[in-house]
Amino acid sequence: MGFDYEKYIRPGKLPHIWCPGCGHGIVMKGLIRAIDALSLDKDKTAMVSGIGCASRLPGYVDFCTLHTTHGRAVAFATGIKMARPEMNVICVGGDGDGVAIGGNHFIHACRRNIDMTYLIMNNNIYGMTGGQFSPTTPYGAKASTTPYGNPDPPFDIAKLAIGAGATFVARGTAFHATQIEKLLIEAMRHKGFSVVEILDSCPTTYGRRNKFKSVVEMMHTLKDIAVPVSAADKMSPEQLEGKVLTGVLYKENKPEYVTEYAKLVARVQEAG
Amino acid sequence: MSKKVAFLQGNEACAYGAIYAGCRFFAGYPITPSTEIAEVMAKEMPKIGGAFIQMEDEIAAMAAVIGASLAGTKSLTATSGPGFSLKQENIGYACMTEVPCVIINVMRGGPSTGMPTGPSQADVMQARWGSHGDHSAICLVPASVQELFTETVRAFNLAEKYRMPVTVMPDEIIGHMRERVVFPQPGELEIINRSLPTVNPCDYMPYDTSFGDVPPLASFGSGFRFHVTGLNKAEDGFPTTRAEIVQAEEERQVRKIKRAIDDIVTFEEYLLDDAEVVIVAFGSISRSARYAVNEARKNGIKAGMFRIITYWPFPERQIRALAEHAKVMIVPEMNLGMTIHEVRKCVEGRIPVSGIFRVDGEPISPNEIFAGIQEVR
Repeated sequence: MGFDYEKYIRPGKLPHIWCPGCGHGIVMKGLIRAIDALSLDKDKTAMVSGIGCASRLPGYVDFCTLHTTHGRAVAFATGIKMARPEMNVICVGGDGDGVAIGGNHFIHACRRNIDMTYLIMNNNIYGMTGGQFSPTTPYGAKASTTPYGNPDPPFDIAKLAIGAGATFVARGTAFHATQIEKLLIEAMRHKGFSVVEILDSCPTTYGRRNKFKSVVEMMHTLKDIAVPVSAADKMSPEQLEGKVLTGVLYKENKPEYVTEYAKLVARVQEAG
Repeated sequence: MSKKVAFLQGNEACAYGAIYAGCRFFAGYPITPSTEIAEVMAKEMPKIGGAFIQMEDEIAAMAAVIGASLAGTKSLTATSGPGFSLKQENIGYACMTEVPCVIINVMRGGPSTGMPTGPSQADVMQARWGSHGDHSAICLVPASVQELFTETVRAFNLAEKYRMPVTVMPDEIIGHMRERVVFPQPGELEIINRSLPTVNPCDYMPYDTSFGDVPPLASFGSGFRFHVTGLNKAEDGFPTTRAEIVQAEEERQVRKIKRAIDDIVTFEEYLLDDAEVVIVAFGSISRSARYAVNEARKNGIKAGMFRIITYWPFPERQIRALAEHAKVMIVPEMNLGMTIHEVRKCVEGRIPVSGIFRVDGEPISPNEIFAGIQEVR
């Protein structure tokens, strides 16, 4: 028997807003399958997003869903998790939402190591507003606000997360569909702040400005640049030039925020 | 059982009022002159099984408060001027999504960084119109430490009853002064909790108007799954651009407060029965005004004071009625003229309205107001 997506998709809410060729749908599929694999209780699962194409995801899925203000998903989610620590909290969003306007919330959630999973669909562009450059747009790339090429160097989201203290950081791509599910399963199992960056593509606002001839070509690019961390060890710096590491990039066990706060509460109450 | 009496700072009383009201989550960011509220909450929340978190900025604090409230916990944040500006984004979100929460804004000088340790009353318009788009506002302006306690309780009640953010705005003097506070016994003050859905989870809609203008609000994690968005939404909580729904929903959100004005608006009338000179004041300045009115009475001048306790919705009907009998109104306020515009709107030109304005970080003294009374009589 095939997978029952209807268990998780809200009736009457499709079609989604994403353009043909956008990878967000593939990511949503991986997320649903991961949640199913972990048998998460739908009533006890909150999905929180900010603003942008990727942030529309929660509207389509049958959980406690919160579509918040631009960049603020993790901050709203922190309130939910503190108030109901028993809930599974998943944040979803794009690159601009997560590490530009939401950058401060992102790094502090990493630092706090609060138990939630942040899924970032990184398509290197502000798609919803028509293709302005984002903090992950490559140097030199064309966007509607970089008509002469992007003079800004980009963020590496995974490195940013590791540097800020996230205790689980993974990266995949929209091409490697089955890996998305696996990475998310591992991320959601992890106790602490887990970040999963999925390299994605926006043919509508990024591809057409940057000489990609088709959606297929963009997808193949994701395939070509991805190098599994397991394979990278055996590769020379020259071979790794222009490549992006995928898989679980970082994992450590550190005290988790909500658990630590609960201990603090117990300690204070014991002292009377 | 004897009542608990304490000598407290306004900000401390505010925190204890929130706890009395059932607040069990606080998210904040340090800012003068409101920080003591966060400090008391940091100390007290763990004792009673609540949670305190210091967020990375004011915006995040407001967001966390909304998230916690949506998960069913009464939630508070506290800030001042510049922080209040930053919070406006998510205050608008709480208005749009109709999530109850309370914001304390201890008013200091502005604009911008202004005078962090000086008092002000210059945020009253921001409390009404600070966030973009049409929305209602409830804003309370206590004038004593005791009243800061009780008005904080009332703020939670109003937030829960009407499903919206409520702002309490003591000026810095009220926030930092110390006075005797009588703690109400448990049960002595009414505590209102949001109405929860009675329908089956599968039939639940977060904006179901068949339950009236303030539909029941379920909590995340309580067995109800629903969608919340800052986009214009339909009854089921999902975004819509259908003109008639958007119009109806926005009108409902404003109407729910308009229709409840008599339940929300509070004020104090002091020696107004025969008053020819009416002082309209609020917050710490109403204390100077009361003294000035007493002085005027001693000097044979029929003066009185209308003290605003609920600033928004503005007590329009009451001030309009006063203009029928008074000869003149005076509005002393720690700004360059904000309340005076609202008063003039109510008075509609029937009697002169003059102002006494200070923005130098000093309160308006009783003598200044008394001099103002002598000038206009």
